[in-house]
Amino acid sequence: MTEIGHNVSLAERARRIRRHALRMGEVQGQGYIAQALGVADVLAVSYFHATTYRPDDPEWEGRDRFLLSIGHYAIALYAALIEAKIIPEDELETYGTDDSRLPMSGMAAYTPGMEITGGSLGHGLGIAVGMALALKRKQSKSFVYNLFSDGELDEGSTWEAAMSAGSYKLDNLIGIVDVNQMQADGPSLGVMNFEPLAPKFEAFGWFVQRVDGNDIDALVRAFDAARYHEGNQPRIIICDTRMAKGVPFLEARERNHFLRVEPQEWAEAIRIIDAGVPA
Amino acid sequence: MRRSKYERPTHLIAGGDRPRLTTSAMIASIAGADQPTKPAPFGHTLSALAEKDDRIVGLSADLAKYTDLHIFRAAHPERFYQMGMAEQLLMMSAAGMAREGLQPWVTTYAVFASRRAYDFICLAIAEEMLDVKIVCALPGLTTGYGPSHQATEDIAMFRGMPNLTIIDPCDALEIEQALPAIAAHKGPVYMRLLRGNVPLVLDEYGYSFEFGKAKLIRDGRDTLIISSGLMTMRALEAAKALQKDGIDAGVLHVPTIKPLDEETILAECRKQNRLVVVAENHTVIGGLGEAVAATLMRSDVRPSAFRQIGLPDQFLEAGALPTLHDMYGISTQAVIAQIKGWL
Repeated sequence: MTEIGHNVSLAERARRIRRHALRMGEVQGQGYIAQALGVADVLAVSYFHATTYRPDDPEWEGRDRFLLSIGHYAIALYAALIEAKIIPEDELETYGTDDSRLPMSGMAAYTPGMEITGGSLGHGLGIAVGMALALKRKQSKSFVYNLFSDGELDEGSTWEAAMSAGSYKLDNLIGIVDVNQMQADGPSLGVMNFEPLAPKFEAFGWFVQRVDGNDIDALVRAFDAARYHEGNQPRIIICDTRMAKGVPFLEARERNHFLRVEPQEWAEAIRIIDAGVPA
Repeated sequence: MRRSKYERPTHLIAGGDRPRLTTSAMIASIAGADQPTKPAPFGHTLSALAEKDDRIVGLSADLAKYTDLHIFRAAHPERFYQMGMAEQLLMMSAAGMAREGLQPWVTTYAVFASRRAYDFICLAIAEEMLDVKIVCALPGLTTGYGPSHQATEDIAMFRGMPNLTIIDPCDALEIEQALPAIAAHKGPVYMRLLRGNVPLVLDEYGYSFEFGKAKLIRDGRDTLIISSGLMTMRALEAAKALQKDGIDAGVLHVPTIKPLDEETILAECRKQNRLVVVAENHTVIGGLGEAVAATLMRSDVRPSAFRQIGLPDQFLEAGALPTLHDMYGISTQAVIAQIKGWL
């Protein structure tokens, strides 16, 4: 945890992350807003409880590495990076516009705090394995986190990485899977059944926890358990989240992988988020 | 055209009287019977480089032994990472290591790096200009095991990848000289590897490798052979043989396929109006031949004739390497015959 903002609750951080994301969504009028709303609590706990970083020095050697392999979740990570003061808040109005530092799909070369280029799904966990091995060579105490999606469980490369992390006993690697049950072609389990998920990772040698990814207290306990677990094995937190969490009329949309939102609905969504948790 | 698998090769059975070549090991030697060779120049040179450079680590996907990386593994066991038979992981983890300041040298076969791991090299490594060196055995037609192991189109694929440098060395001397230059280059490099007992050829010509440079190894009035990799070895042998028949053949060696040394290629082709032959251990589609042709066209340089020696646009057959090199026109004899036919 950084020095800033001890006095701000994680629930308030999550509320602001949702608000930043909605404001970016409004710039485009559409997008991966349901994922951002769903994963906001996970990001709040990641950036304001679990990870160590310096907002004014995003490449500080002592930081924990936070890798987003789901390129289209960039809107969610930008919202967290804005809240973490790694990106100035006024840049959110440039989201997805020409020459912006905040492109629609996250890329390392564009954005401070963006560790890798996502988008070609199934890359993040393997890159995390390489970083974790390199950090061990350097005798670094930093953790490598990789936030990936249930859809990425379809990719064979994810499982190549999962097996190698178990084989190398990478106790400095923490995977976070956002199980929001929605992929491009529909509900995730209908696209490809990846359950039972926890036993799969256990069989690959990981320390596995499965939590309600919209329950901040449960997330805090899970991140703490992952960081302080004594076994020399990689750790994974399977987070069951709700798409569009916090905005009921968007939660209710049946297909919300890529949401189209009417102009007046953005203000309504922000009003609901603002009313949800008092500042 | 291959015969039907239901047609028995009766001519090979029960004492057929022709002497038969066999496919033998997966990595058949490309060295001639009395050719001088050096053992594992890649493995030994990388091990020596690592003595002076702590950033260097070696990774393989269950093919250290077959890419000469086992020499490095023995010399620096704590700097070798076995990534299993998982080429996607091989490239992803190398990207992660490079992000942390290491210089990973990864090895596998060229077919697997190009066909299986392309997306991972492209997005995780090349797009980020990461300092990863990809060194791959069995380039082009250097095994008789058939299309599963013959990387006939690796250069065509990799030429389309921005940021990636492509090196196709000719012999043991060049591998020894190229490695320090590749290490000094900051960015991703794909090198086609000759492994095992690698022929030593270029010492005879006082050659020295320069990153990104084509080198005229011998000049010739009647034809200029532009070549890379082991085809430079074949071109030099062909040029000697052609000399005896009164044909004066030059050889321009182009070990750096990308970025291409267009300046030297244009200068040599402008020097004299003669037959230009591009010879490559690769399909004629998308390799050095087409790269040179486009270079000449763009600059309005028109040799008296332009021809390609390379592998056909086919999945190639299995068999003994000398048989296959003759069949597909990249043996020394085939090079000689084709050039005579064109002059």
